[in-house]
Amino acid sequence: MPREEPLSDAIAVQLRGVSKTFGRGDDTVAAVRDVDLDVLDGEFLTLLGPSGSGKTTVLRMIAGFELPTAGTVELAGRDVTDVPPFDRDVNTVFQDYALFPHMTVQQNVEYGLKVKRVPKADRQARAAEALAQVQLAGYANRRPHQLSGGQRQRVALARALVNRPKVLLLDEPLGALDLKLREQMQVELKHIQRLVGITFIFVTHDQEEALTMSDRIAVFDSGRIEQVGTPEEVYEKPGTEFVAGFVGTSNLLRDAAAESVVGRPGIVSIRPEKIRLAEAAAAPGDGEHGVAGTVREVIYLGTGTRFVVDLDVGGSLVVLQQNLHDRGLHPRSEQPVTLLWRTSDEYDLSRSE
Amino acid sequence: MTTTEAPAGSPAAFLYRHPRARLTGLLALPMTWLVLLYLVPIVLLFVTAFWTTDSFTGNLQRTFTLENFARVLDPSQPFLTTALRTLAVAVSVTVVSIILAVPLSLFLAKIAQPRWRPLLVALVVTPLWASYLVKVYAWRTMLNPEGGFLESTLGFSTGYGWVAVVVVLTYLWLPYMVLPVYVGMQNVPPSLLDASSDLGARSWRTFRSVLLPLVKPAIIAGSVFTFSLSLGDYITVQLVGGKAQMLGNVVYGTFATDLPFAAAIASLTVLIMIGYLAAISRTGALENL
Repeated sequence: MPREEPLSDAIAVQLRGVSKTFGRGDDTVAAVRDVDLDVLDGEFLTLLGPSGSGKTTVLRMIAGFELPTAGTVELAGRDVTDVPPFDRDVNTVFQDYALFPHMTVQQNVEYGLKVKRVPKADRQARAAEALAQVQLAGYANRRPHQLSGGQRQRVALARALVNRPKVLLLDEPLGALDLKLREQMQVELKHIQRLVGITFIFVTHDQEEALTMSDRIAVFDSGRIEQVGTPEEVYEKPGTEFVAGFVGTSNLLRDAAAESVVGRPGIVSIRPEKIRLAEAAAAPGDGEHGVAGTVREVIYLGTGTRFVVDLDVGGSLVVLQQNLHDRGLHPRSEQPVTLLWRTSDEYDLSRSE
Repeated sequence: MTTTEAPAGSPAAFLYRHPRARLTGLLALPMTWLVLLYLVPIVLLFVTAFWTTDSFTGNLQRTFTLENFARVLDPSQPFLTTALRTLAVAVSVTVVSIILAVPLSLFLAKIAQPRWRPLLVALVVTPLWASYLVKVYAWRTMLNPEGGFLESTLGFSTGYGWVAVVVVLTYLWLPYMVLPVYVGMQNVPPSLLDASSDLGARSWRTFRSVLLPLVKPAIIAGSVFTFSLSLGDYITVQLVGGKAQMLGNVVYGTFATDLPFAAAIASLTVLIMIGYLAAISRTGALENL
């Protein structure tokens, strides 16, 4: 699939045939299976998947905390498969922030530079700059336990960025923050990434977060990459049934239902916001498909309302309707309705396999 | 009022309304124990240290005097040397215990397979269940410079003396150092060690700059045990110390004939311990005990 605006041709991180198995003997667990991935220089790539899908293990292998059971890891063209973390030009923002509790914010941020014997004056200037970048200029002498969750998160970011790594790895860094703060940090992270131009590899299980922030998304399931693409590609043209279900709401017509509605068997995905509700007897117009059903549930969401509709041909579809002033038909539970959508909004999953 | 409430006059309701009565009920027994069997004897010990005995009859004379302490600190008497030797032994035992316990705990907490950990920790603690006397007599036999176990297998023995005392006391009290240090290391999140290495630090740097500062309170907590237990010991000294004596032996040797002097010596060890605790309370380590 062609990318709309390629960022760069240089490859920052390259994974080839990477697998990771934990345990020995009978109780082995394959956490990552044969993963190939190219991360481009300067891009914001998200590893998205449910917990246990292997995304964090992939991140830890790029950082060097885990050694792959098979395959190679390259950073900027250099094979680092067996190189320890302290010799890799990447830095990590940890899920629990991993700030050193016995050091001040300033000492935390300076740690990486101090280890690399950067002169004191230079070190202090760069730490101050990094703290200003994350809007914590006045907090240099605090201890981590005196900071809020959001502030700790920023210190962790500053501590990593101050080393000017080629690649920044972020392991679910927003997971512990409340919703408001998380949305604010999403915007800020994206802003900082554009500012510093460093490649970000971001791990999350939150599909909305992935869609909001990423240049590209790699969707993980059971240790494998299911699809890599821009947020739009992954959302509008899911490569597999898993991607269709995990990114956005699973809204599929399959087998007999698909055949009777769209005229061919297979699995068809239709996003809930593309479906229009109409009276029971309504007929589809030009370039439209329609199906009759009965409303099972009406769920009020604030900005919108979600309807779960049981189809007469079997199965069910979810419809998302914006709560506008003039919102058209707004059926009650158990009311018979017709669902209409444009054929161009259908996406045939069986075709892509 | 609803009918499901306890009647106003019930004991539970009374206690609910009187927090002081609740506290009294909770602490009456332990406080009685502490005051009668712990505080009163210590106060008596201090008071006795300022009395003296009649040199003819050997009877206790309840008149205030500083004579006992003057004798302890008199350079022409052997007691000051004994006090310093006692201090040196207690410090040595503590230092050797730290040197042994830190790498051992690091292995137990961070390197050993999690499923082996409980067994390994149990092995460290097992010697604590054996009788103190049995263990010390075993060491006495092993250390015998004429045909003891060490002499006949290694061809070398420390013999009996203060080095032997340090060896045996370290053997006895090591678990009291390993346990807190092990727990302290377990409480250091693995992500902190990952983060240090991620920021470019090699293993030794991570150990020195991250792990050691974080387990320092646990090491100090362990040292309170090894130091205080060594300070007061006299049986090990008697069995493997040869001619070397410690303050405990002086107390043991004099309390029958000169109780006030023995009390003064005992007070000295209590004072050393109070000084030690005061010094380390500044580090905040006592919160880890």
